[in-house]
Amino acid sequence: MRRRLVVGGLVLLSLVLVTISFREDGSGPLASVQNGAAAVLRPFQVAADRVAEPFRDAYGWTSSLLDARSDAARLEKENELLRQQVAERQLALRENVTLRKLLAYRNGPRFPDGYSGLAAAVISRPAGAYAQAIVIAAGRKDGVRTDDPVVTQDGLVGKVSRVSSRTSRVTLLTDDASAASALDVETQAFGIVRSGDGARAPLRLDRVPKEARVAIDDTIVTSGWSSPRLSSLYPRGIRIGRVTSFGRTDTDLYTQVQVTPFADLSSLEAVLVLIPVDRMARAR
Amino acid sequence: MITALRIAPLVFVAAIVQVTVLGGARVLWAEPDLLLVTIVCVALAAGSIPGAAAGFAGGLLIDVMTLGTLGTTSIVLTLAGYWAGRYGETTGRGRRYAAPLAAFAISILAGLGGVALHFLLGEPVAARDALVTAVPSAILAAVLALGVSRITGAIFEPPRGLERPRQVELV
Repeated sequence: MRRRLVVGGLVLLSLVLVTISFREDGSGPLASVQNGAAAVLRPFQVAADRVAEPFRDAYGWTSSLLDARSDAARLEKENELLRQQVAERQLALRENVTLRKLLAYRNGPRFPDGYSGLAAAVISRPAGAYAQAIVIAAGRKDGVRTDDPVVTQDGLVGKVSRVSSRTSRVTLLTDDASAASALDVETQAFGIVRSGDGARAPLRLDRVPKEARVAIDDTIVTSGWSSPRLSSLYPRGIRIGRVTSFGRTDTDLYTQVQVTPFADLSSLEAVLVLIPVDRMARAR
Repeated sequence: MITALRIAPLVFVAAIVQVTVLGGARVLWAEPDLLLVTIVCVALAAGSIPGAAAGFAGGLLIDVMTLGTLGTTSIVLTLAGYWAGRYGETTGRGRRYAAPLAAFAISILAGLGGVALHFLLGEPVAARDALVTAVPSAILAAVLALGVSRITGAIFEPPRGLERPRQVELV
């Protein structure tokens, strides 16, 4: 009887916590307590991360040795750089035509000002298959806000979904709740990048019209858009991934496009949070 | 009180390692869940109430450190600790393969329970992903349990006086 009372009490307490935490949605007394506790635990996380780093490096080195990846990594890096340049040049060429038309927008209040990148270490990684999120060591006091885009040198990672004083939760692009409007640099085919169907194709480009052209190895970047009242969360031109396969059937309304992200979301060490320059200036 | 003092460091270290070191790591196509295995082994050795309490505390630590919805991991690990503890109190304790067996079964149940809970909270979850990784995760948990159970066995070794009598004297 005592056993059942105790376990029943703990389950009830968990349910109460779930209910309050779920309703507060990151801004309430319980969330403040949680943020405070997270701040207290952060040194332990950082310490454990530092202790584990040599072992992680050794594991990475061994696995890379076994996979003969040393040369491939260098060439891949060079290849990625060239692809970035090609993507930028193609975008620049295409945008040159419309640049004069957009010039008026650029000076207008609707046009997004520049971003500055805030580097932040990843202090915890996804804790389960259904939690595609990481926690980074930068928070409200560093100028981070909810919905800020997060990138690495390789490409788009996701967006900030919750902020505490010194840490933030970043929902990865592979989360079912994530979506980003995107376009094929080579063909200008538009679509929405969402989480894919598994490890082989972590992302998919959704809502691509059947008549749009898409090819294997095409580069997908964020399309970025703005209207008088709204603007895209992600600035235009951030690299997302490469088209690995696509297909269309007579019955489908859209072309099915599988995309492999450029950023390795499973082994993130540090990320850049894109913060609008004006907000950064205010923070200073 | 002494039991709690023995359990607390174990659970704390396991939760920290789970979030900082093992989070996102892939072994055998699955993610190792050291905290769940630790809770199962602690519960087998210490009983259902300490197991449930350890599960609750460990889950709370995970939810705090990952800034997730408080209580979601706690509820799953509380039940996991309780079930493992009951198994230990009834038939499991002393059996050679109790820990890997319990870790295997509870890993599958906890995975499915976690998916169901997140689904009930309206969060986007893919049951297929959980089902595909359920068996590799369970196998990994069983392998981990072989090592962790040795540590918990050493910490919670019962006093000799409480050992089950192997023979009785008929008067």
